[in-house]
Amino acid sequence: MAKQIEVADLDAYYGSHKAIEGISMTIEPRSVTAFIGPSGCGKSTFLRTLNRMHEVIPGARVTGKIRLEDQDLYGAGVDPVSVRRTVGMVFQRPNPFPTMSIFDNVAAGLRLNGRVRRSELEGVVEKSLRGANLWNEVKDRLSKPGAGLSGGQQQRLCIARAIAVSPAVLLMDEPCSALDPISTLAIEDLIAQLKNDFTIVIVTHNMQQAARVSDRTAFFNLAGPGKPGKLVEMDDTSKIFTTPSEKATEDYITGRFG
Amino acid sequence: MTATARVLPAISTGRRVKNTFVQGLVWLAFGLAIIPLISVLWLVVKNGLARFDLTFLTHSMRGIAPRDAGGGAYHAILGTLEQVAIATVISVPIGLLTAIYLVEYGQGRRLARTISFFVDVMTGIPSVVAGLFILAFWILILGFGFSGFAGALALSILMMPTVVRSAEEMLRLVPTELREASYALGVPKWRTIVRVVLPTAFTGIVTGVMLAIARVAGETAPLLLTVFITNSINEDPFNGPQMGLPLYIFDQMGRPNDTAIDRAWAGALTLILIVMLLNLVARVIAWWRSPAKAR
Repeated sequence: MAKQIEVADLDAYYGSHKAIEGISMTIEPRSVTAFIGPSGCGKSTFLRTLNRMHEVIPGARVTGKIRLEDQDLYGAGVDPVSVRRTVGMVFQRPNPFPTMSIFDNVAAGLRLNGRVRRSELEGVVEKSLRGANLWNEVKDRLSKPGAGLSGGQQQRLCIARAIAVSPAVLLMDEPCSALDPISTLAIEDLIAQLKNDFTIVIVTHNMQQAARVSDRTAFFNLAGPGKPGKLVEMDDTSKIFTTPSEKATEDYITGRFG
Repeated sequence: MTATARVLPAISTGRRVKNTFVQGLVWLAFGLAIIPLISVLWLVVKNGLARFDLTFLTHSMRGIAPRDAGGGAYHAILGTLEQVAIATVISVPIGLLTAIYLVEYGQGRRLARTISFFVDVMTGIPSVVAGLFILAFWILILGFGFSGFAGALALSILMMPTVVRSAEEMLRLVPTELREASYALGVPKWRTIVRVVLPTAFTGIVTGVMLAIARVAGETAPLLLTVFITNSINEDPFNGPQMGLPLYIFDQMGRPNDTAIDRAWAGALTLILIVMLLNLVARVIAWWRSPAKAR
């Protein structure tokens, strides 16, 4: 179910502006990989290239290779829609569908893709909500609107929605930045559970969070003002936060800049 | 008491005066805006009630001599409902699809900018011109006769730009995050539009369509040139002259008898009631579909 991602020499552009340059890395299955780095260094852009969400923005494009196990995500004849079915995503701000109930929100992925069998759907919804640690809080009001939940619950609802289509990889773009510490803790516990089944990539500005939840950490930085973002180094999280090989990484995590 | 006064300084006299002055202006503007609305409504209700009865709603003007009392607007009500319904059926799908193209697919392309420009131009077309166009094209060149359908074509020319603009605004209000959330679930773009974007914008689109209908329901000039005028009931919108409520009002107002003038006022009242009723229906639909309502 969980799959390995291999990135080779990836550049991403917005129109003529190059946002990230020359990124190569391997993301291991059944682990949590954290991306850290200052704002505007291209972490989120890079994350969005991993499920071809980058190209949704007009004028945005990508060069280089991303392999999911043996398949080239950007190969000819690969449908971005099927890529996104395999590589799910959770966004910075909780974004449940406002017209749908809690149940419909979780079922949305399956239903919008045309697979509808009510009995099957109920099972998937319960499993996903349990998987997102939300079942006990919402089981009595599944038909209520998803937008009526608290921010933390909404974000877990979005995670439930993302895992309901059983992706192989789950991308999280600063999933806790809009949440209070208690909800953040709930999501972090959840990430620790989810990595048994999924490959998880998380972008975060919170270095304690990266240290707490991730197995491997990648540090991104701008090559200079107005220059594209680059991968500075990637290593085991414990190593990055204790003995990083690059000076820039050390400066960043000790708070000397950024 | 004195301590708080010192911590939070009192509002200066100048600010108080300015505040009162601007508040006064706002109330004045509100009053000026509401006067014509109230007086029109009051006038129509007062004068219209005299003949607003069952006979009026169920009878046509067939066989009613100019000076006779009685008679009704059934033929005109029927005509208006049919013409507006056909115009809606024509212009809403085209307008909605155009708006979807502009918002979801166009994104600054030349075609989108051209369409946008012509929609603006169409918004400014005087309604007579729409009527003249259908008269020249549909009736004179293609040789179809006067009919309710020809009127509906003219009305749909007027409706389309309004529908496009309002639907476009509403679609733009749908947050990009919702589209992205849907894409990230592996939902194709067209399905995202149908199942996520349109339902989210539904309430606003319905309101926009209702406004377009209300605007078009009172149009007289294009109907005069395309539907013509009749005193009889014509249930078939595709054949022969029909009547419409605006035409009926116009026709009756032009007659020099009190009985006819009374009928004209009753016609105006009926038209206002129809538009209000449609708005009410739209509100109910919008409320029934609104996300805030827990179902």
